[in-house]
Amino acid sequence: MTASPASVPAKRHHWIVRFTHWATFVLLVGLVTSGLQIYGAYARFGERGGPYYVNPFQDRSFPEWSRLGGWLAGALNWHFALMWPLVAVGLLYLAYLVDSGEWRSLLFRPRDVRGAIEMQKYYLRLRKDHPAQGKHNPLQKLAYTAIVLLGVLAVLTGIAIYKPLQFAWLTALFGGFQAARYWHFWTVWLFVGFTIVHVVLVFTVDPASFRAMISGWYRGRFPSHD
Amino acid sequence: MIDRRSFFRLAAGAGTASLAAACGWDGGNALRPRLLDISRLNDWVGEKILFSRNRLARQYDVSERSARLPSYFISRMMPMLKDPAAWRLQVQGLVRRPQSLSLDDLRAMPRTTYTVKHHCVEGWTAIATWHGVPVSAVAERCEPLPEARYLLFDSFDSDYSNGWDLASAMHPQTILAYGMNDNPLPPAHGAPLRLYSPTKLGYKLTKYLVSMTFVAERPGGFWEDQGYPWFAGV
Repeated sequence: MTASPASVPAKRHHWIVRFTHWATFVLLVGLVTSGLQIYGAYARFGERGGPYYVNPFQDRSFPEWSRLGGWLAGALNWHFALMWPLVAVGLLYLAYLVDSGEWRSLLFRPRDVRGAIEMQKYYLRLRKDHPAQGKHNPLQKLAYTAIVLLGVLAVLTGIAIYKPLQFAWLTALFGGFQAARYWHFWTVWLFVGFTIVHVVLVFTVDPASFRAMISGWYRGRFPSHD
Repeated sequence: MIDRRSFFRLAAGAGTASLAAACGWDGGNALRPRLLDISRLNDWVGEKILFSRNRLARQYDVSERSARLPSYFISRMMPMLKDPAAWRLQVQGLVRRPQSLSLDDLRAMPRTTYTVKHHCVEGWTAIATWHGVPVSAVAERCEPLPEARYLLFDSFDSDYSNGWDLASAMHPQTILAYGMNDNPLPPAHGAPLRLYSPTKLGYKLTKYLVSMTFVAERPGGFWEDQGYPWFAGV
């Protein structure tokens, strides 16, 4: 597609994408903060008596402003209430991607490796011109594919430590209860890291995409819109 | 009429404000009851959909036992019997034949031994060996009435108690344990008799037992009444 003149609005995001995007954000804030409260009840990973998994936060509790629930039971009730809408929103989003065919512009596939390298070169200023791209560049595809997988991982490790007997096979798949708990904890930092990079890139590279995620309409002139 | 933009601003503002207000506590008077409603829904999912009477917890080798299993009780001092010989377990409520069982009576009944992983709600786990009589064997002896749907386990550790659904109580690995790691059950872990099951979180496993009562209505429990999940199946 040819570059459209600036300020001609283009429809960018379906309402399902916008709704699930912001709902996921709010739900993750609640799940992460209640999770940090739960963590404080036993701030290490491993069977009683050790050995313990490497954890820079061992035996430490997180600042009060970052915790939701007040105490263990309060945090558990928040966590176990918010997990359902997170799964529902995730399934709605994936169903939309499949139904609309939009997964094609988001799924990172082996053929995107070459483009991802070119894109990385551009960001590192080893290449002057912005590589041609569709709706998303290959690095974006990589990020958006990875974040969906991270969501799946967070839910599966969550199930593995929620019902380690009823889903014993899943718990075993992650290396046992304490290992699953450890990976569940790690998904928090990957979510937090992703969100920071994501927000920084939105506002430094393509601020118009922020409004597009709210209204659905893209009004910028960044080459990424088509 | 409120336009779309101000609606979203309002919604975002209200969401942020309520989230900020909720931080650091359990939802307050407005949200806490709703969270507890959802917790009851989760109990239902745990009990009716996920739990299976035939699914057994994995057993471990005795060499995998944890060096230490933390103990706790809610009384200020460790609960101890003044006269252990006079202790009896009362099996009562909606039953045809109420029982008053001594430790010797319980030892004479079928015995189950297993080495399993203990899951605490706090997140720690530890492996220990337990032996005792299956709750189902005691139920067979007292013949519960058809209207009995729940079991209440009471203790002499202050007012500590737990309510159980019958299906979990009749699980083959749910036992009244009088032994731990090949020895008689120590006072730190609920002597003379405690409930044990690898299908539940630790706080459901009543120590220092005095009675088990078959009832029709769902009984609460010490931690359950304060907001901890009631079903607590793992």
